[in-house]
Amino acid sequence: MRIVLRVNGEEHEADCWEGESLLFALREKLGFPGSKNACEQGECGSCSVLLDGTLVCACLVLAAQADGHDVTTVEGFARGGELHPVQQAFVDAGAVQCGFCTPGLVVAAADLLQRSTSPSDDEIREALSGNLCRCTGYAKIFDAVRLAGGRA
Amino acid sequence: MEILTPRTLDEALRIKSERPGAWPIQGGTDVMVALNFDRNRPEAMLNLNEVAALRGWSRDNGALRLGSGLTYAEIEHGELRDVLPALAEASRTVGSPQIRNRGTIGGNLGTSSPAGDALPPLLVEDAEVECASVRGTRRLPLGEFVTGVKRNALEPDELITAVWLTPSEAPQTFMKVGPRNAMVIAVVSLAVSAGEELRASFGSASPRPVLVTAPREEADAFPARVAAAAAPIDDVRGSEAYRRHALRVLTHRALERVLA
Repeated sequence: MRIVLRVNGEEHEADCWEGESLLFALREKLGFPGSKNACEQGECGSCSVLLDGTLVCACLVLAAQADGHDVTTVEGFARGGELHPVQQAFVDAGAVQCGFCTPGLVVAAADLLQRSTSPSDDEIREALSGNLCRCTGYAKIFDAVRLAGGRA
Repeated sequence: MEILTPRTLDEALRIKSERPGAWPIQGGTDVMVALNFDRNRPEAMLNLNEVAALRGWSRDNGALRLGSGLTYAEIEHGELRDVLPALAEASRTVGSPQIRNRGTIGGNLGTSSPAGDALPPLLVEDAEVECASVRGTRRLPLGEFVTGVKRNALEPDELITAVWLTPSEAPQTFMKVGPRNAMVIAVVSLAVSAGEELRASFGSASPRPVLVTAPREEADAFPARVAAAAAPIDDVRGSEAYRRHALRVLTHRALERVLA
């Protein structure tokens, strides 16, 4: 089936198998490999994207459900070669180890900071609870979120 | 596989009657796991995301109608938090923010898992499940809707359209045991309210939702009664004995909260 959706503000079309996820369509059909594929069951958060502005796991959205909708992936964050403030904070705080979880965490952290620029540690913990970093680099990730919030 | 995306409830019900084998998908947090791992490949998917009538909630005299497409995030953050506090607490323990943004109360009912976090707080509030088809609409008490482990009384041509309840406004709470504070399938869960009588229901400790009641004067014996009403199993998440013990302890703590 053919779906038409907006990804990072631009209209795209893709031919999809009916049972495939939005994540598969983004990575394999539309050329947006930034969202990572790991657990495929909503446990790890590495495929986090915004669907109509709402934070979701792209692996748990049927590609067909995104037909006619608006998706923001991590590729949509940097503007004109300039990193998004959350991305810059991850770099400055050294919040990236292997980097696999980073795209999902950047999207989830930006979603949090757009609601509150000075979240408490508990709020950060709650907001990022669906994003796993198996390098366990959480302390620096917290630093990055606080840094990005402080600069906003 | 075929994708069927109705725009109205009437259209959705017509499709479900013509294609009873089509799987309804709303938030997808259960259904997509089955598809991603190729555990099931239904002939068709009935995508309910575009049916506005299933979204949100409304008041009808003193009763509340929660649309089956109401998400955990909407319950957790909105006005319902004050009206249905135990359901809001339960919603807050579901998965992660990403899951709560998509997962719905109708999906929790449709899956009918003994671990469904919304089920105990809804049963304590005497919720009814609205099932609709082209033949008409009926309401089933939640305790009758769920007929077994991942089984329910929904007919092949029906869709879950809403949950009805009249908020008791009784002090109430929800508790859940698991290895961490997020992304946890309940080892056991518990909802307790203390209105005119004590009421409790638990998750992951019986094949179907069970309601346990007692007069308020019998609060001291209530934890043991709740534990005795459970029929837990040994599995990877916990033992039968642990679950029964945890239910006794949780009920004791819950009563301290709701009777305070």
